[in-house]
Amino acid sequence: MSEKITINFTVNGEKEQREAVVGHTLLRFIRNELHLTGVKEGCGIGECGACVVLLDGKPVNSCLVLAVELDGRELVTIEGLSKNGELDRVQQAFIDHAAFQCGYCTPGMILSARALLDRKPNPTDADIDEALSGNLCRCGAYQEIRGAIKASSGK
Amino acid sequence: MAELKTVGTSIPRKDAIEKVTGLAEFIEDRYMGPMLYAKMKKSTVAHAKIKNIDASRALEHPGVKAVLTGKDYPNMIGLYLIDRTFLAVDKVRFWGEPVAVVAAVTEEAAAEAVELIEVEYEELPAVFDPREGIKPDAPIIHENLADYEIVPIFYPKPGTNIANHFKLRKGDIDRGFEEADMIIERDYYVPQMQHVPIETHKAAVQWSPDGKLTVWSTAQSPNVVRQLLSKSLDIPMHKIRVISSYIGGGFGCKAGASIEGLLVPIAQKYPGHIIRIVFSREEDMQGTFTRQALYSKLKTGVRKDGRITALQYEMIWDGGAYTEYGVNIVRAAGYSSTGAYDIPNVKTDSYCVYTNNSIGGPVRGFGMCEMQWGIERQLEAIARELDMDPLEVRKLNGMKEGSTTAAGQVVHDLDYDQCLQVVADKISWGKKESGSEGKFRGKGIAGLVKCPAQPSNAASSAIIRINEDGTAHVMIGATEMGQGMLTAISQIASEALNIPVDKIDIKVPDTDFTPYEWQSVGSRITYTCGTSVKRAAEDALGQIYCVAADLLETPQEDLSFDGKKIFSTKDPEIKATIREVADSCKKCTGEGIAGPIIGRGSYVPTNMTNLDPETGQGNPGLFYCFGATGVEVEVDSETGVITVLQLASSIDAGKAVNPQLCEAQLHGGTIMGLSTALYEEVRFDKGIMLNRNFTDYKIASIDNTPHIDSFILETPETKGPYGARGIGEQPMIGVAPAIANAVCNALDIEFNTFPLTPERVWQAIKDKKNSGA
Ligand code: FES
Ligand code: FES
Repeated sequence: MSEKITINFTVNGEKEQREAVVGHTLLRFIRNELHLTGVKEGCGIGECGACVVLLDGKPVNSCLVLAVELDGRELVTIEGLSKNGELDRVQQAFIDHAAFQCGYCTPGMILSARALLDRKPNPTDADIDEALSGNLCRCGAYQEIRGAIKASSGK
Repeated sequence: MAELKTVGTSIPRKDAIEKVTGLAEFIEDRYMGPMLYAKMKKSTVAHAKIKNIDASRALEHPGVKAVLTGKDYPNMIGLYLIDRTFLAVDKVRFWGEPVAVVAAVTEEAAAEAVELIEVEYEELPAVFDPREGIKPDAPIIHENLADYEIVPIFYPKPGTNIANHFKLRKGDIDRGFEEADMIIERDYYVPQMQHVPIETHKAAVQWSPDGKLTVWSTAQSPNVVRQLLSKSLDIPMHKIRVISSYIGGGFGCKAGASIEGLLVPIAQKYPGHIIRIVFSREEDMQGTFTRQALYSKLKTGVRKDGRITALQYEMIWDGGAYTEYGVNIVRAAGYSSTGAYDIPNVKTDSYCVYTNNSIGGPVRGFGMCEMQWGIERQLEAIARELDMDPLEVRKLNGMKEGSTTAAGQVVHDLDYDQCLQVVADKISWGKKESGSEGKFRGKGIAGLVKCPAQPSNAASSAIIRINEDGTAHVMIGATEMGQGMLTAISQIASEALNIPVDKIDIKVPDTDFTPYEWQSVGSRITYTCGTSVKRAAEDALGQIYCVAADLLETPQEDLSFDGKKIFSTKDPEIKATIREVADSCKKCTGEGIAGPIIGRGSYVPTNMTNLDPETGQGNPGLFYCFGATGVEVEVDSETGVITVLQLASSIDAGKAVNPQLCEAQLHGGTIMGLSTALYEEVRFDKGIMLNRNFTDYKIASIDNTPHIDSFILETPETKGPYGARGIGEQPMIGVAPAIANAVCNALDIEFNTFPLTPERVWQAIKDKKNSGA
């Protein structure tokens, strides 16, 4: 049987202790063990950004991180972004600007955008392009995404 | 038309909250039950006899439950031409074709077991270029073509690799060339592309001991999956249930039926278990439909004044190893072969040719991007040869009200001139800007048109249930893959029912409960499903009036419904709520009147016909959607890098049911077009697909996507719901030729293929310098 180790971490504000299989990705752990299925797999090899989550506030491709690396860290997934039924500003702006179509890239996009805004509350177009260049959207919602991020600036 | 309340407003998407909170359910997000995981063993050669498959070691591998090979499962499947099996049976026809499938208790066990299967091949001579494949002495890929079942609107040539030869003859081609002052001939090539939806193909199946098959699938068309499985497996339709989830992008690759049937025999062996397959990115790129490559030759006759008198169009399509769906792309491109132009004399031959490359199939545009690349580049060549304004040449030959298509169908409800003009104005057409040192600027324009390429009997239907409190459920069979169908269809229902859109519930389909829909393809759902929903709403409303008339003892024609209550226009005190209508018992006596209100609506086109087998003449189009693209580029002559400075895109939506979503679609299609114009080309080496991931197969990302100026025109579609027509695919069609035309304008170099990568552009600049031109 695959080796497991115990990890302690915070997920969406809640402290957790779980067993993680050594060698499993964080993406797999989040979807299959934490049952948070908002995070998506689009390539599995770090090329599309569909699997982005926030680790200690920074966006990471969870398909490239091992589950055991979660130990001692703080994880935010798309499910943790809205608080008490209130959408995050970025989420609302994505709705207002129709910044998604199929919605498959959207959790990753929104989290990448949130991390950018936390770091740079008033990003320029160039900042947005840089921060989101690893998030692919085949539906081509880029113009709307830029608009949504601009509209969520300043906080 | 009475003033519209909901149609024409930009309400937020019906799926918005779910999609921004991560709760939107895609197929892999569902917990279905005890699961077995499946992985495919794929062919390592492009064309070979299968001599032996040894799965004994795989079967002994811990955790493995079953191994299935084509020998045990020779059932055939296909949409238009039944030429496929789920697993290769006696031979493989492309590199990566599934030859066996393993089901195991974990994904790892399945993947490990796949490696333990040994397949012995005897390689056969292969065909990788359809121009070779069409030759009489080419190796034959489908020896049994004559025996395949086919819809009789396609014309395969048994004994060759031609899966369909579509012929079109309009007017008198010889006279057309005689009337011309100049003959212009060019060859064009469009390579394969991949759709790469961010969600790959996925499917799961479950067999229940009472003989019921349940299928979960990313398919764009649950009803077609059910229909094709029913035929292939000989299971009656009521014993097959196909369940849809949200789909993470389709773009054509999830049309028809693909992987759903693969796992059925394993499911039958393990009743109650869910057998699931999830394609990896690589499998998705290599094992699902690619856009068919096209080699084409155009010959046009043109008068000095710019009028095109004749067009001869030869198209040789790389159908790939199986063309069950591709034969219809070849047909659609054939009957549309004049693009957005009215040309009196046309001779077209469009060939679908089997090769040992990946399977060709539908992609956004369904042949129009490939075919109209030739048309729009040819228009540019004509303008250059005649030294005329390309915009003027397009307007002069462009379709107008009452024009005829290549198939001789009369077009209505269009304003192609205006589609061209708005993008031309936006990019200040006619004003040439000079670039900085070593940089050349140019402007280009391209038009476009597309009708849904659907069979004339492709039907839609809808059911609307009115609840006791006046809210409603709209039930349809269309899928939501991002196009915004749920929202647009709710708006049509809301408008027709006079019920606010937030009182309408709508869901993705489940064939056991939702009524028939052919396919969510061809930009047809707003029109076809929309019409059936409008009819269902009118039916429900008719029942409401009928019951209310009885209940209120008032003539129907005096009644009105304001979304809350039904009242007499003569005496507003005579009124009933929807709830009272739904309960419908006479107040004074308690006698029943009628039961719950259920509206039904069905739709099938009445304006389409079959095409003459010899001339291709007839009415293949349900509606025609026109548009145009205008671009300004700057080309760096040192590096060959193209920078898009301006990108304007117009589409005639008839009526934008939801302008914001319509615009989003317009942007999305334009970006996909841009991405194919600059980056995308699937590369093969002897049938082996070389670029199978996002590093090697680059698509547009946010940092290389310019701002798009979009224009939505509204020339009402007379028979469309509230004047609407579909626009989902169209914005992609004009982008590649518009960019090439702009680059041609900048560099005075004609590109007859794309993508216009820096290498290709740089090489052309160098070649031009060397030739001293
Ligand atoms: S799934 Fe992780 S980057 Fe694509
Ligand atoms: S919304 Fe579909 S991939 Fe971005």
